[in-house]
Amino acid sequence: MSLIGAKVLRKEDPNLITGQGQYVDDLAPAGCAFMAMVRSTEPHARIVAVDTSAARSMDGVLAVWTSADIAGLPARPSSLPGMDMPLIAGDAARFVGDIVAVVVATDRYTAADAAEAVIVDYEPLPAVASLAQALAADAPMIHPVLQGNTVFFQDYTEDLSAEFAAAPRTASLSLVNNRCAPVPIEPNVVLADWGPAGLTVWAAFQAPHHLRNTIAAFFGISQDTTRVIAPDVGGGFGAKINFASEIFLAAALSRALSRPVKYTQTRSECMVAMFHGRAQEHKVDVAFDDSGKILALKVQVTQDQGAYPDATGMGLPVLTTAMSAGCYKIPKVAVSWRNVVTNTTPVAAYRGAGRPEASYMIERVIDLVADETGVDPIEVRKTNFIPADGFPYQTHSPLAVYDSGNFAGALDELLRHVDYPALKAEQAARLADPNAKLLGIGFSSWLEIAGFGPPGSLEAFGHLASWESAQVRVQPDGSAIIYTGASPHGQGTVTTFAQIAADQLGIDFERISVRHGDTAVIPQGIGTMGSRAVAVGGEGVKTASTRVFERAKKIAAHLLEATEDDIVVENEEFHVRGTPSKSVPWSQVAWKSFQPLELPAGMEPGSLDATVFQQVPNFSFPSGAYCCVVEIDRETGEVEIRNMYLVDDCGTVINPMLVEGQVHGGVAQGIAQALYEHMQYDESGVPRTATLMDYLVPAAPDLPGYVSGRTVTLNPSNTLGAKGVGESGSVGAPPAVINAVVDALSHLGVKHIDMPATPQKIWSILRGSK
Amino acid sequence: MGMIPARFDYRQAGSVAEALQLLASCDDAKLLAGGHSLVPLMKMRLVSPSTLIDISGIAELQGVTDAGSVLRVGALTRHRVVERSQVVAQHVPLLAHVAGLVGDPQVRNRGTIGGSLVHGDPAADLPSVALATGATMVVTGSGGERRIAASDFFVDFLETAVGPDEILTAIEFPKRTGAGFGYEKFVRRSMDYAIVGVAVQAGEQPGIALVNMGSVPRRADAASRALASGAGVDAVAALAADGTNPPEDLNANADYRRHLASVLTKRALLAAGYR
Ligand SMILES: Cc1cc2nc3c(=O)[nH]c(=O)nc-3n(C[C@H](O)[C@H](O)[C@H](O)COP(=O)(O)OP(=O)(O)OC[C@H]3O[C@@H](n4cnc5c(N)ncnc54)[C@H](O)[C@@H]3O)c2cc1C
Repeated sequence: MSLIGAKVLRKEDPNLITGQGQYVDDLAPAGCAFMAMVRSTEPHARIVAVDTSAARSMDGVLAVWTSADIAGLPARPSSLPGMDMPLIAGDAARFVGDIVAVVVATDRYTAADAAEAVIVDYEPLPAVASLAQALAADAPMIHPVLQGNTVFFQDYTEDLSAEFAAAPRTASLSLVNNRCAPVPIEPNVVLADWGPAGLTVWAAFQAPHHLRNTIAAFFGISQDTTRVIAPDVGGGFGAKINFASEIFLAAALSRALSRPVKYTQTRSECMVAMFHGRAQEHKVDVAFDDSGKILALKVQVTQDQGAYPDATGMGLPVLTTAMSAGCYKIPKVAVSWRNVVTNTTPVAAYRGAGRPEASYMIERVIDLVADETGVDPIEVRKTNFIPADGFPYQTHSPLAVYDSGNFAGALDELLRHVDYPALKAEQAARLADPNAKLLGIGFSSWLEIAGFGPPGSLEAFGHLASWESAQVRVQPDGSAIIYTGASPHGQGTVTTFAQIAADQLGIDFERISVRHGDTAVIPQGIGTMGSRAVAVGGEGVKTASTRVFERAKKIAAHLLEATEDDIVVENEEFHVRGTPSKSVPWSQVAWKSFQPLELPAGMEPGSLDATVFQQVPNFSFPSGAYCCVVEIDRETGEVEIRNMYLVDDCGTVINPMLVEGQVHGGVAQGIAQALYEHMQYDESGVPRTATLMDYLVPAAPDLPGYVSGRTVTLNPSNTLGAKGVGESGSVGAPPAVINAVVDALSHLGVKHIDMPATPQKIWSILRGSK
Repeated sequence: MGMIPARFDYRQAGSVAEALQLLASCDDAKLLAGGHSLVPLMKMRLVSPSTLIDISGIAELQGVTDAGSVLRVGALTRHRVVERSQVVAQHVPLLAHVAGLVGDPQVRNRGTIGGSLVHGDPAADLPSVALATGATMVVTGSGGERRIAASDFFVDFLETAVGPDEILTAIEFPKRTGAGFGYEKFVRRSMDYAIVGVAVQAGEQPGIALVNMGSVPRRADAASRALASGAGVDAVAALAADGTNPPEDLNANADYRRHLASVLTKRALLAAGYR
C-alpha cells in the first residue's frame, strides 16, 4: 500500500506536544553569556556619541560594543554595496530598531539592565517614513550613494499605448499591499560557541548550510570547522532566511570572550528588527472589451525596501511582475518596478514573497473589469483563463513558463461547494432590508510560482545552488535514516519525507527517521523556502531511495539466487515474483550489504547509501480557486467572514492532513493581511504597531471554518508530481476577502478598499453614503 | 526592549495588616495581585517599583459573600471565579457576564477584580460594571476603612481614589436580582480590550457606563438620566457619548468611538429588555 496520499500522523508531534522539543533558547551550555541590544529609538539620526561607561562598570557585564569594536568585520551579508547594513550602526541610525550597541553579560537580566544604561546621543535627521515621502522632490536622503531614494528602476518593459488607445474600454486601479510583520511564535534566537576547535552556531534558521557558508566567508574561516545547527525552529515564514545581524554579532562576541553567547530576541524587538514583508504599491491599467476580455495590462510596482536594501527584498518586485498576469491569457503585459529606501525596517521574504502581491493585484483587476462591464466575475475569469490544454505557457516574463494547471477546473470544483445563485439571492434580499447585514461574495483564481527551483533561481538570491540534497542510508538492521538539506521549521517534513522513502524502499514508515538542520551531519543543503521542500527536496529523497532500492534488489537477488528483475518487496520481505516462499527479509539484506563475503561480485560494502543533489528543470505552479463570503455590520462597519471555500491544486498530495495544515495557516495569514495586520509608521518614521497589542495578529476564534476541495494537475518537473503548498493560502486568500468586501459595498459605488479592511474604514464609507 | 523588567524586591504578605505594614515600610512599593496589568508595564519598563508586595495569597480577600442587600466580592477574587459564581449570576448577573468577557481564559485565571478596578484602565471591562450597578469600594489603610462610591473612585488616567498606602479589600455590589442587563464589547480581535464597551444595568436605579470613551472609566450620565426618566432606546442611545472626550488610536478616531457608543448602547439596552 502506498503511503503517498495517506493521512499519516506527524512523527514530530510526540516530542513537540509534550514540551520536549529543543529550540535554541532551550540550550544553555556551561559558561553561556547573554547578549542584549541597544536599538535606535530614532528613525533617522546622526549618532553623535554612545556612552557605554555606566553599562561597562555594572557587575556581570562582560562586553559593551559599539561600531568601533567591529571595525574589522564586513557589513551584514546580503546587503547592497554602498547601502550596507552595518552590524552595529556607526555614523547614523536609519530605522527604529537599528542596532546601535551590543551588551554581553553573565545573565539575561543584567544584559537588559546594561543595555538600558547605554546612553546614545542622537542628532535627529529628517526621515522618510513612506514611499510618497521617499519619492518627493526634496526628500531627505538615506544613502549618499543614491541620487534620491530609488535603488533600482525598471521602466515599462513594453510600450502599450497603441493597445490602450485601440481598446474599447480601459480602467485603472491603485493598490497598497500593506506591510506585514512575519511574527513567528519563536523570534530570532542564536547561540554561538567559538572555541579552539571551531565555531558552532545554533540558530532559528530556515537554511543552515546557507548560513554556514555565509558565516565562514564572513569571518574568513574554513567551512569544515564551522557548524550551524538549526534545531527545532518555531516558524519562520521566510523571515528566517535573512542574515540577521545578531547571528554574526553573537559569533564575534563569542570569539572575543571565549565563551558561548546567546541572544533571544524579545517580541518587541522582533516586531521592528525581524525583516518585514509586502510593502508594495501598485499602479495598474487594464484594457478590455465589453465581454470582459482583457486585452492589455500595465503594472507598475513600487517596493519599499526599508532602510537597507536586502538581496531578497530586491527580488520581490521581480516575482510580483513575473506573476502579474495570474491565471489569465493576456495578450500584452508591460511591467515596471522601482525599489525605494525609507527609514523603516528592511523588507524581504514573507510567506509568498512577491506572489501574494501579484495575485492580489490581478484578482482585484478581474473584479474591476467585472464591475465596469457588468459581466459576472466568474464569467470574466472563465473568459480570460489560460485553457487546460494551453500548457506550457510562456508568460510575458522569461522567468515564468507555466507548466501545468486547470484553472477553469478548479473554479468549477469550487462552485460545486458554493451555492452561488442562492448567495446572490440572499445578497439582494439583505440589501433590501435595512436591518440586515450586507453580504459580499468574493472569488480569487490564483496562481503562484513555487518549487524554487531550476538552476540559477536561488543563486540569484545568493545561495550556493538551487538543488536540494538527500541522503538515504540503510542501517545494518534494515531501518533507514534520511538526511535532507531542506531543514524544516514546522512543515512536517520529517513525516512526508519518511512517507516518500517508505514507498520507494519498502521499509516500514516507523523504521525511517529523517534528520536535518545540522551542517556537520547533513551532506550539504539549501533550505526550506519558496515552497520547495517536497517539490525539490522530497523528489531528492525519492531519487536517492530508488537508487538504494535498486542496489538492495541486487543483493536480494544474489542471496535468493534469482535474477534482479524478478525481485519484489512486500512487508519488508524481498521475494521472487510469484514465489513468496522464496524470500529474504530487508533486515538480512541490510545486514549482508555490509559483509563483503555476502555480496555479489563487484559490489562494495555499504552500498545501501545514496546521496543525491536533486535538480528540477522548472519552477512549480500551484494554483487554486477560493471563495470568501463576508457579512458586514451596517452600523459598525465590522466585517465577519462567514464562509471560506478553498480549492487547492498542489499536484500530488503526499499527506492530506499536512497539506490542509499548510493551507489553513496560509489562509489565516492571508485573512490577517486582508482584515487585521498592518505594520504602520507615523509621519516621522516611528512605528505605531510595534507590539502585539497594536499589530493585530488574529487568533483562532477570529477565523472561520474552512471548506476544502481539491483538483490535481501533476507537476511535470518532478516524478512525484507535487508542486508545493507552503505559501498557497497566503497567495489566494487576500484577494478573495477583499473582493468579497468590495462586493458587499459595490451598491454604494465602491470600487476598491485597501487592506486591511478595518471597521472604521468601512464605517466611514457607509456613513459617507447616507 | 520589552520582556525584562528592571530589578525589584519581592515580598509576600499573608494578611491585610502585614500588607499595610510592608507598604508603609518600603519606598516606592507596589501591590501585586494577579500581575496581569502591573507586570506588562514593568516588562516595558514603564513602571519600575523597587518592591512588589504580593497580596495574592491573602485568604481574607478572596471569594464572594451574600451580605443581605449587597454581594461582597473580595478584591483578590479572580475573574474566573466571578464568572462562574452562582451567587453572582443570580444577584448581579451583569458582573458574572462581563467577568467572562475579560481577555482570555489565562487572563481570567490570574487577574483579580480588585486589580482591575484599582488599575483604573479606561479600556477595562469591570469598572463599567461597578459604575452601572452603583457599587461601593471598600478600602483599608492605616487609619481604618473607607467606603467609596464607584462614581467617585476613578480619578484620572490609571489613577483611582485608593491612596498609595491603602488596599482595596472588597467591592459591594447592590443586588440586582431578576433585573435585565446588557453588555456590548466592540473589539477587532476576540480576546482584546474593548475599543468601546457599554454596560447597561436595568432595574430601579438603572445605569449605563462606558468603556474606553475617555481617560477614565465613566458613566454615561445624560443617557442614564434619560433612561431613568423613561426615554426610549433610540433617544437614550443618542445621548450615550454626551460629554465624553474619547481617545483616538489606530482602531478608532473620536467620531467613530462616539458612533460606536450609541450603537452599542442601543444594543445593550435591547439586551437588557428596554424597547
Ligand atoms: C493579555 C491580556 C488581556 C487582557 N484583556 C483584558 C480585557 O479584555 N478586559 C479587561 O478588563 N482587562 C484585561 N486585562 C487585564 C486583566 O483583567 C488584569 O488582570 C486586571 O486589569 C488587573 O488585575 P490584576 O489582579 O492582574 O492586577 P495587578 O496587575 O496585579 O495590579 C494592577 C494594579 O492594581 C494594584 N492593585 C492590585 N490589587 C490591589 C488591591 N487589592 N488594592 C490596591 N491596589 C491593588 C497594583 O498595585 C497595580 O498597580 C488583560 C490583561 C492581559 C495580560
